[in-house]
Amino acid sequence: MNIQTNPNKLRGFERHIKVEKVKVENVSRRSILKGLGIAGGFVLAAPVMSRPAFAAYKTGADKMPHGTVVDPRVFVAIAPDGLVTIVAHRSEMGTGVRTSLPLVVAEEMGADWSRVRVQQAHGDEVKYGNQDTDGSRSTRHYLMPMRQIGASARTMLEAAAAKRWGVPATEVKAINHEVVHDATGRRIGFGDLAADAAKQSVPSIESLKLKDPKDFRYLGKGEIRIVDLRDITVGKAQYGADVRLPGMKYAVIARPPVTGGKLVSFDGTEATKVSGVEKVMEVKGWPWPSKFQPLGGVAVIARNTGAAVKGRDALKIVWDDGPNAKYESVAYRAQLEEAARKPGLIVRKEGDVDAALKGADKVIVGEYYLPHLAHVTMEPPTAVADVKGDKAEIWAPLQSPGGTREDVAKTLGIPEENVTINVTLLGGGFGRKSKCDYALEAALLSKDLGAPVKVQWTREDDVRNGFLHTVSAERIEAGLDKNGKVIAWRHRSVAPSIASTFAADTVHEAAFELGMGLVDMPFEIANIQCENPEAAAHTRIGWFRSVSNIPHAFAVQSMVAEIAHATNRDPKDTLLDLIGSPRLVNLSSVKDLWNYGEPYDSYPIDTARLRKVVELVADKGGWGRSVPKGHGLGIAVHRSFVSYIATMVEVSVDEKGKLTVPRVDTAIDCGTYVNPERIQAQIEGAAIMGLSLAKYGEITFKDGKVQQGNFDNFPVIRIDEAPLVTNVHIVPHDPDTPPSGVGEPGVPPFAPALINAIFAATGKRIRALPIGKQLET
Amino acid sequence: MIKLKINGQEQSWDGDPDLPLLWFLRDEVGLTGTKFGCGQALCGACTVLVEKEAVRACITSVSDVVGREVTTIEGLHPTGDHPVQKAWRDLNVPQCGYCQAGQIMQAAALLIQNPKPSRDQIREAMAGNICRCGTYQRIENAVHLASTGV
Repeated sequence: MNIQTNPNKLRGFERHIKVEKVKVENVSRRSILKGLGIAGGFVLAAPVMSRPAFAAYKTGADKMPHGTVVDPRVFVAIAPDGLVTIVAHRSEMGTGVRTSLPLVVAEEMGADWSRVRVQQAHGDEVKYGNQDTDGSRSTRHYLMPMRQIGASARTMLEAAAAKRWGVPATEVKAINHEVVHDATGRRIGFGDLAADAAKQSVPSIESLKLKDPKDFRYLGKGEIRIVDLRDITVGKAQYGADVRLPGMKYAVIARPPVTGGKLVSFDGTEATKVSGVEKVMEVKGWPWPSKFQPLGGVAVIARNTGAAVKGRDALKIVWDDGPNAKYESVAYRAQLEEAARKPGLIVRKEGDVDAALKGADKVIVGEYYLPHLAHVTMEPPTAVADVKGDKAEIWAPLQSPGGTREDVAKTLGIPEENVTINVTLLGGGFGRKSKCDYALEAALLSKDLGAPVKVQWTREDDVRNGFLHTVSAERIEAGLDKNGKVIAWRHRSVAPSIASTFAADTVHEAAFELGMGLVDMPFEIANIQCENPEAAAHTRIGWFRSVSNIPHAFAVQSMVAEIAHATNRDPKDTLLDLIGSPRLVNLSSVKDLWNYGEPYDSYPIDTARLRKVVELVADKGGWGRSVPKGHGLGIAVHRSFVSYIATMVEVSVDEKGKLTVPRVDTAIDCGTYVNPERIQAQIEGAAIMGLSLAKYGEITFKDGKVQQGNFDNFPVIRIDEAPLVTNVHIVPHDPDTPPSGVGEPGVPPFAPALINAIFAATGKRIRALPIGKQLET
Repeated sequence: MIKLKINGQEQSWDGDPDLPLLWFLRDEVGLTGTKFGCGQALCGACTVLVEKEAVRACITSVSDVVGREVTTIEGLHPTGDHPVQKAWRDLNVPQCGYCQAGQIMQAAALLIQNPKPSRDQIREAMAGNICRCGTYQRIENAVHLASTGV
């Protein structure tokens, strides 16, 4: 196995990339048709073919497992009463994607959004194409396919109307839920046309005419609210834990306290005496490294969750702690920092960094440390499973419905087509719900019990048994010539890799981690060397919102401000100097450049765009303005998920070291976009997540066990510590600029901008996160 | 047999009197609008009203609320149009939405106690409710909107 060269395989690991034509013969499997039950509507029985999208720009969408499906028959249905149903095949965890992508379809087909209903897709990637809602990919990969799907449906509606009227199709036009013939003033509603439209052949993608952007009614406007808004505010929105089935049992599980540990024996006598507890049973676990499979343990089955929790407290369990029993964070940090001071695997090399550092007038060294983090989604992992014979049905908050379907089938030893995955709303995802271990636990328990089961993780389970963000030591040496110009840059990054969750012998970051801000560092410096010394993992490492960009951007953007200080220059000017001339960065020196899975031609590193967000945020945020005593301004920029984001933070630090954040400004260039209002929301949220990880975020281990368990000892930012205001400035683009990520890229620049602001306010340079008590005097 | 009044309806319970109200509401009654977030009154996702006060249902036992009126998000307003709910929608507060029922109940309780809270009072009163998506700026503005109309 070669993880370094096959990064695309890592999401939904071991899921081979299959872009092939697949026939779906059995119409009844297609939930949308079954769910609609429309006689004579726009519903089809033709074979569904998977086809690549044709677009003005290329994306990496077709390289994802199961690629892209561009077919209106899969995504759109029109009822005779005119109700248009559009399928959302990506998972909703707060980004607004469940609204945004169907809105794109509606825009192109000329539908009236008030007569559109959104239907969540089952996990079925043969039918819908890739459904992994991660990597800030949904709009990037699906904006154009959704436009094409909408245009395709529109073309079929127009053709049906033209045929009925006996006029050329070029004379008619779909607009606001009806097709009109301007010359005669005739019009027919979509509902009346549905049956005839369904008989039209599906136009080729190449023949489609996309809507003129000046006619856009919804795209880029930000006026449409998320479809679940009302349900959320009245308590009707359905998350994973809200699913209730007749006869359903409630389960909580005691899992090994040390990753890689296993059950030796248990005594459930006291637990079974607890009122409401029905059964205590073993849950199968997989050996370390367990991928997305369950860790195993002991389940308490009860009539409600409260009884199950109480029963679990009464269990007596003997564990074998296994190979990670000595994992200890203080010692591990020292080990990482030591490794960062020695040469490691060279992953990018331009010029001669050793010679340049030796000849430098001044060398600045920065050593940075960032600990493990837990996702702590507000909804802890939870899943409902109903397994009957060789059939399984799952209801769960899942970022990877397709991968979950494969894993459930494999785990139960049943065919994939016998597994139905119902995707609920996700109460937060942040990468945690890309791993379906909790759904597999529910499936195993339901199979053994012969009844529907809900598995609920407690907050302590979530913090102690999750897939943590990596821990890393970053070391940068910058060599300056006598004029203060940076002529040498060596960055060593040492961190256990996500790949270790799949292969035990992993000691290097994978290409997709190195490509998150280390090897794709965009500065114009003659001598650059990036190294990746070894680090072995001792717990499950997983994707956490923006992943390795967090440590890499923290180190790089802190170092910029350190250089500015050392040369007595303005940090923003120093940053722009380092970025250098407007150009497309040539990264031919990097083997296996990840580039977020995107073709470099469509998504190069464009320093003009990088400079622009720096200048925009500085302008809008008032860089250089005078601030009160104890206040300071900090700035940072980072390209991630092929978007460009600059953040400027104003802090106030009082004489006791109390930190407050009066103002945040962020500029984002994410190419063309669907809903600026949701972009704003994502960036506001990224500031909170960035502040949380900077101020408090730290998971530590002792004797192999996580020492934190809940929001008391793993705090996150609350409203009384939140920035007083976060302003978001979006760079406008025309629809031909490829769309790029939004969900994740807001996070990486926040912490360094904050730390740089603290330095400006206090003269204190923080190099290890979290800030914790470092500012207290 | 314990008798309870939830959203104006009588409910009875003959199981463990120490069962947290949260699980009674969610698993026994089926009122799933009240969410589980931490189990230790640290996050506020399970906030309900007991009479006119915001209470964390995860550390409140069923027997604690005997003879008292419990209101959940489902019962806050007959048509879901409480001023706080409307303000939440007007300002597009939710992202994932999971914590928002608890936030709304906390805000509703605040406005019962203090119909015109200052910005600082809003931030203080809402500080027990965590939102991991980070919708705080809009929460603050929405509470302000609900109390002032602007």
